[in-house]
Amino acid sequence: MLQYAAIFLIMLGLYGLLTQRNIIKIILSLNILEIGLNVFIISIGFVIGTNGEIGIAPILTSTNNSSALLFVDPLPQALVLTAIVIGVGTTALGLALAKNIYAKYGTFNIDEMGEE
Amino acid sequence: MKNFLALILTLGLGALILVSLANNAAFPAFGDVDTTDRVSDGYINRDTDGTVDNTVSYGSTDAESGPANIVTAIVADYRSFDTLGEVTVLFVSSLGIALLLGSTKQKRLELDFHPNFMLRVGSKALFGIILMTGIYVTIHGHLTPGGGFPGGTMIASSMLLLYLADDTFRARIKGFKVLESVAGTAYVLIGFAGLFLMGTYLQNFLPTGTIGALLSAGIIPIVYVLIGLKVGSEISGVIDNFLTEEAV
Repeated sequence: MLQYAAIFLIMLGLYGLLTQRNIIKIILSLNILEIGLNVFIISIGFVIGTNGEIGIAPILTSTNNSSALLFVDPLPQALVLTAIVIGVGTTALGLALAKNIYAKYGTFNIDEMGEE
Repeated sequence: MKNFLALILTLGLGALILVSLANNAAFPAFGDVDTTDRVSDGYINRDTDGTVDNTVSYGSTDAESGPANIVTAIVADYRSFDTLGEVTVLFVSSLGIALLLGSTKQKRLELDFHPNFMLRVGSKALFGIILMTGIYVTIHGHLTPGGGFPGGTMIASSMLLLYLADDTFRARIKGFKVLESVAGTAYVLIGFAGLFLMGTYLQNFLPTGTIGALLSAGIIPIVYVLIGLKVGSEISGVIDNFLTEEAV
């Protein structure tokens, strides 16, 4: 079920990337696409046991104290941590470019640029 | 017309994803995953070399990798080289922002309002709380959810609060640059220490200790605190670049 929501977010982000003409909205679409991908990757690691018990978050605590317990897959979460940080980097760089473009053309809309 | 084409393309992509994932042997249904046939089983049991079936519990000593948080064990121990690359990506992007927006003579971007007394004092009080939470999350990265990246971002968000609440405030950006360089260099040097002492780059050369103790997991808390400092100072630098403009 969660995976359908993630795929919907990916489609929404792609649609926004293809149709929007405003740079800020394009960057927002890119972020929505990225969030969809991250949710999708995390959902790959979710575990439901044979008796219907739900997987525990992968942290050993004083109550969840053995690795023989049913933990969810920690590897997708670690990879998504990397992906989130890189997403922050690309978003910040894109916004810096957008700021420079606005300083030069006075607009965020790509159709109205290049007239002066 | 163009929007319609985009809609068709998007629906086509969605259908392609759904069709290729349905009844795919390599892609189990949601929740049907068996972690024992994945690589992650080794990460959870701390038994990646497959010599002993080492089942770890809370409080056990001298495990292959020490953090109680298994995600931290992957991010900062098993795949630490990957994290070094990730930190480099963040560094390069902050460098790019400094190149795009930075200049030698800078002044603060003018805000539309001037803060009154309450806002100035309240933001200072909140700044301390947010900064402390960020430091706590960074230091406990190997025990609880969080770690260097979220903790560093919290530290940077406390700087953002000061920037937004006071229209004359500017951080000492040179100090951030020094801190960032020192933290990044120390991370690389710890990697070389692992290479010379143990034979592999970024290998844990300190005793792993008891799982769940604050002073455990060898170099992992050190590395994560360094990552937290580096991320915090980098993002604070990015915030400063966005909220300053060229002085005329």
